[in-house]
Amino acid sequence: MPDHHHDHTHDHPHAEISQTERPGYYEIMETAVRELLIEKRLIGANEIRRQIEVLDSRTPALGAKVVARAWVDPAFRSRLLANGRAACEELGLSFYDDTGLIVLENTDTVHNLIVCTLCSCYPRPVLGLPPDWYKLKPYRARAVSEPRAVLAEFGTIIPDDVQIRVSDSTAMVRFLVLPRRPEGTEDYTEEQLTDLVTRDAMIGVVPVTLAAERTAP
Amino acid sequence: MDLSRTSADAATKVVLAQGEAPVFAPGERVRVLTRSPVGHYRVPIYLRGKSGVVESVIEPVGLDNEEEAYGRNAGMKRHYYRVALPMTEIWADYDGSPRDGLHIEVFETWLERI
Repeated sequence: MPDHHHDHTHDHPHAEISQTERPGYYEIMETAVRELLIEKRLIGANEIRRQIEVLDSRTPALGAKVVARAWVDPAFRSRLLANGRAACEELGLSFYDDTGLIVLENTDTVHNLIVCTLCSCYPRPVLGLPPDWYKLKPYRARAVSEPRAVLAEFGTIIPDDVQIRVSDSTAMVRFLVLPRRPEGTEDYTEEQLTDLVTRDAMIGVVPVTLAAERTAP
Repeated sequence: MDLSRTSADAATKVVLAQGEAPVFAPGERVRVLTRSPVGHYRVPIYLRGKSGVVESVIEPVGLDNEEEAYGRNAGMKRHYYRVALPMTEIWADYDGSPRDGLHIEVFETWLERI
């Protein structure tokens, strides 16, 4: 809204923020189960609210910190690749959901891509909530059947001599891609490196690039 | 009787519970079983009947998610295995490098040695 002068007086009409559509089948089921669990005192409303706060506190910035640390600290990188969860816990990143974490390193010969074909398993403790496209069926089906075409749609062309490894998360383990450190970042501080690392790079759909390249047409 | 030896032997003779030791080892060729359980499952249909190689054993042992979904947990802890399957094994018309692969964790009860 370019012409909107936001003077906070709100003397102009607003579209009312309201739920106009009837709740769907699964929304009704979720409400019913939640109310039943609270009524039976198996969980409390405060526990639900607390868990939402836990989830809201997890964002890709945490994963970016892990990646940047691995780039600047070879010993940490080794520990991260050997046991992703333990290494993240070193940085104070807790795993509230009993999942393990395997960190998959991209190299000049291997490119990793993460998907969950059955639902939306995702390394939430270190990346937060997954993007919508990650949860939708086209990505879930195509990432395992035509990963190179999917990557190309993200602008990522993988040469034929680079092996693609698609990891389908379905059980107790989640995955995080350790992207390649871009060239020209030898003088970067850990904090500057952290700023380069994006969510999509840690899912494996794009490489990490320098800021200048990212804004280029 | 050499007591120091006895204690060392005792440590090597412990009997492991069922499912405690992994059944498959890295490098072994395995096939994902073709089963069609009703309800909750964690093995995608597109991989059933497909063959691959055990890449690693996932520690620690975990509950059988398919049983856990119905509240049946006792004694069901076994290993998951990270299995590598060539894309060309899964998709006959796969478009890409023959070295491209699919990697997935599969519960012990879903694998057979080949």
